[in-house]
Amino acid sequence: MKKQINRLEHDARLNRRKSIRFWFDNRAYVGYEGDTLASGLLANGIHLVGRSFKYHRPRGIYTAGSEEPNALVQLEENAFTEPNRRATEIEIYEGLIAHSQNCWPSRKFDFGALNSWFSRLLPAGFYYKTFMWPTSFWMTYEKYIRKLAGLGRSPTEPDPHFYDKTYAHCDVLIIGGGPAGIEAATAAGQSGCRVILADEKFEFGGMLLSENMLINGIPCHEWIDSKISKLRAMPNVKLLNRTTVTGYYDYNFLVANQRVNEHLGPRVTINSPKERLWKIRAKHVVMATGAIERPMVFADNDRPGIMLASAIRSYINRFSTLPGKNCVILTNNDSAYHAALDIADEGGQVSIIDIRTNPSGSMIESAVSRGIRIIKNHSITGVGYSRGLLRSIEIMELSEDGLNVIGKKEKLLCDLVGISGGWNPTIHLFSQSKGKLKFDQSNHCFLADQPSKNNSVILAGSCQATWFLKDCMQEGHAAGCEAAKRAGFSVDGASDEINTGQIEYGALRPLWILPGSHPIGQGKTKHFHELHNDATVGDIHLAVREGYESVEHLKRYTTTGMGTDQGKTSNLNALVALSEIRNLSIPDLGVTTFRPPYTPLSMGSIVGYDCGELFIQKRKTPIHPWHDQAHAVYEDVGDWKRPRYYSQGKETMHAAVQRECRQVRKTAGLLDASTLGKIDLQGKDTRWLLNMLYTNVWDKLEVGRCRYGLMLNEHGMIFDDGVTTRIAENHYHMTTTTGGAARVMSWIEEWLQTEWPDLEVYATSVTEQWAVASLNGPNAREILQELTDIPLDEESFPFMSMREGQVANIPARVFRISFTGELAYEINVPARHGLALWEQLIEVGRKFDICPYGTESMHVLRAEKGFIIVGQDTDGTVTPMDVGMDWIVSKKKQDFLGKRSFDRTDTSRSDRKQLVGLLTDDPQFILPEGAHVVSEVKSKPPMNMLGHITSSYMSPNIGRSIAIALLKDGFNLKGQTLNVALMNGNSQRVIVTDPVFLNV
Amino acid sequence: MLLIRCPWCGFRDQSEFQAQGEAHITRPEDPYQLDEEQWGQYLFFRKNPKGVHYERWVHVHGCRRWFNVVRNTMTDDILATYRPEEPIPVLSDEETNQPT
Amino acid sequence: MAEASKAYSIFSLVRNSLNYHQNWQRAWRNPQPKQDYEVVIVGGGGHGLATAYYLAKECGIRDVAVVEKGWLGGGNTGRNTTIVRSNYLWDESAALYEHAMKLWEGLSNELNYNVMFSQRGLLHLAHSVHDMQEIGRRGNAIYLNGIDSEFVTPQQVKEMVPFINLECRYPIHGALLQKRGGTARHDAVAWGYARAADNLGVDIIQNCEVTGFQIEENTVKGVETTRGRIGAKKVGCVVAGHCSILAEMAGFRLPIESFPLQALVSEPVKPILDCVVMSGAIHAYISQSDKGELVIGAGSDSYTSYSQRGGFDVIEHTVGPILELYPIFSRLKMLRQWGGVVDVTVDRSPLISKTPVNNLFFNCGWGTGGFKATPGSGHVFAHSIKSGDMHPIADPFSINRFNTGALIDEGAAAAVAH
Repeated sequence: MKKQINRLEHDARLNRRKSIRFWFDNRAYVGYEGDTLASGLLANGIHLVGRSFKYHRPRGIYTAGSEEPNALVQLEENAFTEPNRRATEIEIYEGLIAHSQNCWPSRKFDFGALNSWFSRLLPAGFYYKTFMWPTSFWMTYEKYIRKLAGLGRSPTEPDPHFYDKTYAHCDVLIIGGGPAGIEAATAAGQSGCRVILADEKFEFGGMLLSENMLINGIPCHEWIDSKISKLRAMPNVKLLNRTTVTGYYDYNFLVANQRVNEHLGPRVTINSPKERLWKIRAKHVVMATGAIERPMVFADNDRPGIMLASAIRSYINRFSTLPGKNCVILTNNDSAYHAALDIADEGGQVSIIDIRTNPSGSMIESAVSRGIRIIKNHSITGVGYSRGLLRSIEIMELSEDGLNVIGKKEKLLCDLVGISGGWNPTIHLFSQSKGKLKFDQSNHCFLADQPSKNNSVILAGSCQATWFLKDCMQEGHAAGCEAAKRAGFSVDGASDEINTGQIEYGALRPLWILPGSHPIGQGKTKHFHELHNDATVGDIHLAVREGYESVEHLKRYTTTGMGTDQGKTSNLNALVALSEIRNLSIPDLGVTTFRPPYTPLSMGSIVGYDCGELFIQKRKTPIHPWHDQAHAVYEDVGDWKRPRYYSQGKETMHAAVQRECRQVRKTAGLLDASTLGKIDLQGKDTRWLLNMLYTNVWDKLEVGRCRYGLMLNEHGMIFDDGVTTRIAENHYHMTTTTGGAARVMSWIEEWLQTEWPDLEVYATSVTEQWAVASLNGPNAREILQELTDIPLDEESFPFMSMREGQVANIPARVFRISFTGELAYEINVPARHGLALWEQLIEVGRKFDICPYGTESMHVLRAEKGFIIVGQDTDGTVTPMDVGMDWIVSKKKQDFLGKRSFDRTDTSRSDRKQLVGLLTDDPQFILPEGAHVVSEVKSKPPMNMLGHITSSYMSPNIGRSIAIALLKDGFNLKGQTLNVALMNGNSQRVIVTDPVFLNV
Repeated sequence: MLLIRCPWCGFRDQSEFQAQGEAHITRPEDPYQLDEEQWGQYLFFRKNPKGVHYERWVHVHGCRRWFNVVRNTMTDDILATYRPEEPIPVLSDEETNQPT
Repeated sequence: MAEASKAYSIFSLVRNSLNYHQNWQRAWRNPQPKQDYEVVIVGGGGHGLATAYYLAKECGIRDVAVVEKGWLGGGNTGRNTTIVRSNYLWDESAALYEHAMKLWEGLSNELNYNVMFSQRGLLHLAHSVHDMQEIGRRGNAIYLNGIDSEFVTPQQVKEMVPFINLECRYPIHGALLQKRGGTARHDAVAWGYARAADNLGVDIIQNCEVTGFQIEENTVKGVETTRGRIGAKKVGCVVAGHCSILAEMAGFRLPIESFPLQALVSEPVKPILDCVVMSGAIHAYISQSDKGELVIGAGSDSYTSYSQRGGFDVIEHTVGPILELYPIFSRLKMLRQWGGVVDVTVDRSPLISKTPVNNLFFNCGWGTGGFKATPGSGHVFAHSIKSGDMHPIADPFSINRFNTGALIDEGAAAAVAH
């Protein structure tokens, strides 16, 4: 096992008492509690961690945070594996396993790197220009292109973990737990309002974690700890570390992902949620999201060992790691001098390449006084890299305009380069919330301008280009006060005295794309402005040359900003390059929109508990347990599970259905019809409403009588049907199809509430209040009579009427209605008695040879009688006349919903598709549902279609197959012989008939 | 994710509601007074404005009541909500002329 | 075809690599608008650019301008999930989308621009008896219209997508397979048509927003734009979600509402999903791009909006079904979500139509599925503009069907009841 060669003496934020062993590419390393995978690897001297997306170039660790474009690894194995995880964010735990990505056989020797050799052939958009010939070969080329792309690997097993999801409401949400956020939380917390402070890192403190300065005389790390412990003591403040606010939507709705216990390792945490998704509705938001250091772009700037200067500071001050011995800082500003001073403090060799011609001020003086060599006005023109480590750089003097290099090359030996091109405020979330951005000429970055009107947000600290710590803290305090005040809480406006002893910075040199020894895009070196997707400044030149010059075209043509880092370190430099090439200012170019999520969000956490059994409820009737015991095979109808048939022994579905159908017509059958939609309608205007909802007349329906109705939409097309019964003077019981229940309910409510609010009608969904057993067959009366006192003789209980009474000692409404054409009773009882009713019916029915039957037999039985099923024999394009039900359409009523549409040119055609019966020549042949009748059979398609078969069954009671079809001009085709063309190339002759096959 | 004031229940998350299209389209008193084109206009043709939109919503996972919303379809800012029987609210010039 | 010196090929790529690609020419010019054109196409998305291309290529009209308010392909062309298929139920739709499919099959060579049209196969899952009836009807209709169509069993689905959860909430009963279905690179379609149209003399004018129409005696004479008036003998509007706004400028309404439609992609991963899989029943549409991202289409929000964004609840309801069908994706991450504005008609079929204004044509209403039709839509629209009478394939899609009732209802057949 290797020694931690880059580990420093001091503890920093690590727990040095707890060593942790982790594995990378099958080698074991040791780090400490508090390390990230990145810091652990760097401490062990590992820079090379993977291969790049397109050219498979060796890549290292570039940052110390969530902006990492480079160091993506495959975390864990098998079911626990996750691709594309940022090594800079993974907290190490005992036994952690990670692998490098996008390389084979190893990260040090990768066959894919052949791409690098051919890189001259692979500029941006190369694939648009080739692989076109021969046409059929693209799929072959594509196969290889796909294999080379894609970075990590998807798991191939279901996720063993689960994910929590929760809502939160607060007065003030503070995003970012750095100095400004901590101050804001403290101020708002003291007002007593509900505060949530969220930070993506596992520790609060933000950039202070990477600092070693004093605040009010105490080390800044101690300041963090004391502030956070005070916040923890406030009951109204919720502290969420490891929590990334990933999305900012309308009306201050934000989404945050909390990594609950990933830091403990996947194996020990299987029984608690891996992540938690917070859906937060905040009254006010304080964004204290900080800033991300901006790189400079130079020749071969992607080599391992090159990282942001701020990352070096993080590794030193937070992770006690100096990732090199011989360091160079490349900068265009003062802030990176801190990195050089930190390196020197830790005994590292360091020199500074300052691209400014004459930098001056206290930072420069400090460096000079420490004996640090400052090389002014130079560019890096080449990078020496071999065997996993940076070896040297080559530098040249910059020309006056900074666009070229002049003079002689100088070679500097070094194993670490820190870059700083200034800072970019982290305003992604602000932009997501539709806040407008503006380009700030003095800070050379985008800033928040106008927030969107429906969001209340205040910014504080470096996310609005406030660079001095003291100012950031004061802004944080003021923002916390203001947000609390807006939420209606009174606050003490005075902030603590803050002394941070910070020094003044000089101006930066606005130059980020550093020239190499060849014109950019030429020669052997590459200037990567976007590391993640291997996009180079040369690509930008090419894109503009070819006319892809708008920002959005550039982004899409070069894939800039499309990587998993969403261009956090690359977008602005791409704009700079574009503005230089096009000679336009950045504001004139515009900016692309930042899209959620801020960092990638696991699908598991988006779904939370709404998966597996809780994905979409399975609706079951009260009789379901009995169906289970009777070996029911279920069918999904809407969200309901309905018995499709009951299988006896090894019976096939076909055999079971034939048996059930025969028995219903011979003796008796029982169907669970509880799923039918039921709507209770009351009020004096109900009859008027029914007259509008249904096509037939409801004026003369007496109490206790039932009537079938067809419901149309305003286009005149059938959308539901059912039987409605008059229970009392102003009280009706409506039934709907199973799948249409909710639709009909809202249809009624819509008309009642928005069009006819003066009507007195109360509609209540009672689908789940009633269990329904539908008793059918010649023995139905005898069976029911054994269980009830209700007189069942024809005269006292005629067809299409309803009686209330006791059935099996249960209060019941019995409807004498039939969907099989047999004598039938639909017995409705309160749902809780449904199972008892059913069991008694079965028990009593036994001696009358009763059988339970399912939906499949129901379909056959109704088809034998020519009853339609809405949604199967109709499809939303069918009128009552089309299905031969003119009889139910009132000619007398002036108006009902859908009536006017009948008279439209197309709807009133006489040759529309119409419902007919079909009988095959071969009585044993069952036509496939969905097959089409054609006007003429041809040896191969296309063939002219007349219409399709909507229902098709083997009818045991008729002794042959039957089918129903919707055919063009079908009514006029009756008696004709036609052909059904089948997909196997055969055809079947059929005779067109009435769709009623079994007459009384 | 909008935050919508139900005129009966107060402010609730958008996920409790469903939008139901343009408001204030009255069903013709006598549909047969309309010719085919006019009937077609009533059935299918909509303003679909980019800007201030008067629309119907229903508090489907709440009180199940229908109500009207005035919303700017460019910004999704909700300018007013009101019950079906309430008069159409008068908007300020600023609200009416929000940037589109 | 592009001139030889500008043509793209492996040879030109090699030749240009020798001097570091310094000599590639602009894919399209950046011209100032002329005073007058024979035809002005409003909207520089895929459909508009295709229209311009076919006007120039097949209709002999090269005096054409495409005016685009932003950047080419910046609307739904660049925001969709790139699925291409022609497995539609109704004869009218099948004719239209199959016409497009045939053009797709030769498009890269036609344009000399690789649009990366990849016929990876497209599965349409059936999750219930009713679904089986629906795909049964559709599959037969497609077959009889001469389009490829196959039924596959759950086991065959499993062979194509080994990690699919056949026993999901609504177990998979079977699927309809269109082998010729697949995906294409959406940006490349816009760029390829733009380059080819430009090459034939079409002026492509970006950052030029139409602010009004010049209409005399109920006949369009030109468009007012942010870059001045542009005269035209004929105008074709192909502006998707914004069609109602242009219609209002011209003084009429459309049977259309504009909704947010969202989509999302996962982080890129190595190839795992080869074909396109669609489930209408639980709403899960997924494919994997050549970059490795899983491309997932969401449903539209319930409210109309032009804000090009929707609610997070839609994302939740999109990813839920994806994980129900593909539990192995739970640990993958959503990389990006975005929204577009889709123009939806009540019958879920497009409008390709004359309008109440003479010589003003509209092509819109493609709703959530316009990308797949791009070449066919442009082709029939170009021919319709040229002749003044609608192309036979476009004719059933006229605006008048909303008055007569002759809807082409692709949504209705999928409805469920009983």
